[in-house]
Amino acid sequence: MTIHSKHLALAGAVAAGLAQFAGAAHAQEQEKCYGVAMAGENGCAAGPGTTCAGTASVDYQGNAWTLVPAGTCAEIDLPAMADGAPRMGSLEPLMRDLPKG
Amino acid sequence: MSGQGAFAGALLTPEAPRPAHLSDPSGTRATRRFDVYRNNVTVALTEALAAAFPVVQRLVGEAYFAAMAREFAQAHPPRSPVMATYGADLPDWIERFPPLAALPYMPEVARIEQARREASQAADAAPLDPRALAGLPPEALAAAHLHPHPAVRVLRSHHPALAIWGRNADRPDLAQSPPGEVLVTRPGLAVKICAAPTGTAKTLQALAQGASLGAALPAGADPSAIFACLFGAGAFAQPGDPET
Repeated sequence: MTIHSKHLALAGAVAAGLAQFAGAAHAQEQEKCYGVAMAGENGCAAGPGTTCAGTASVDYQGNAWTLVPAGTCAEIDLPAMADGAPRMGSLEPLMRDLPKG
Repeated sequence: MSGQGAFAGALLTPEAPRPAHLSDPSGTRATRRFDVYRNNVTVALTEALAAAFPVVQRLVGEAYFAAMAREFAQAHPPRSPVMATYGADLPDWIERFPPLAALPYMPEVARIEQARREASQAADAAPLDPRALAGLPPEALAAAHLHPHPAVRVLRSHHPALAIWGRNADRPDLAQSPPGEVLVTRPGLAVKICAAPTGTAKTLQALAQGASLGAALPAGADPSAIFACLFGAGAFAQPGDPET
């Protein structure tokens, strides 16, 4: 590769990196994602440090949420349900994986 | 042994004899008072380590961590009164700690926690807005010198340490991260962490040593992916910032 084409390749790579940067800039927002938090690690509607934070008692509890980068909630890989159905995160509370009793 | 040496040696070793020259206000040997003080020192050091390495503590359990911290403190007593930096050598020590040899990811998880701590304590600096590079002609870009942000750290993991860390630090978005390089930055007030493409560490190292952008990328790396990662994480400082 000539020096000039190397420089062009570098400029192309920087431009490609910048394009993804611009895309990522507004994805820094976070969203509440239900059904993905491990037991004891959920957030709280009233904010961190309040009493309901960390009260989820089962993994992936459907009515417990945690903050994730906006746009990633439904894409988080989770283990399948006991019946083999896929388990998905949701922006709305879910009826699955609720504590018994 | 000097009186000071005996005192320091007995502080971190509960089995060691209490220093003979200590007396309480009534003039008798201060054995119980020394025991209380000795216990407080170990508990304080253990708590400092637990605050710095919460995921390691979670992985091994509180009782195990406390026992391990006691052994570490005996081998590495604090050299500074600043507890915020105590334990920087814990990751290397864990790597050589025989009881944890069966958990080879543990030193890597500890290194992630140490890198996050260093990033949070590093000097503040305004991150470079990478859009400033967009208008440069290719030759100027190749000759450009970018300054790594003072908070930036890159680790190499052979185990899925970032995924393990993410699962235990309320970051489910990281729970599928593969083994490989991990980038830690703090462009503003919050520490950021992400998986980084292979070659990111070498690129940053070369830039830190003064290489131009055109010379910093290692052969075989994916430059677009590296730039996207570094720009997105705010890994470069604004040139001319007095802190860098």
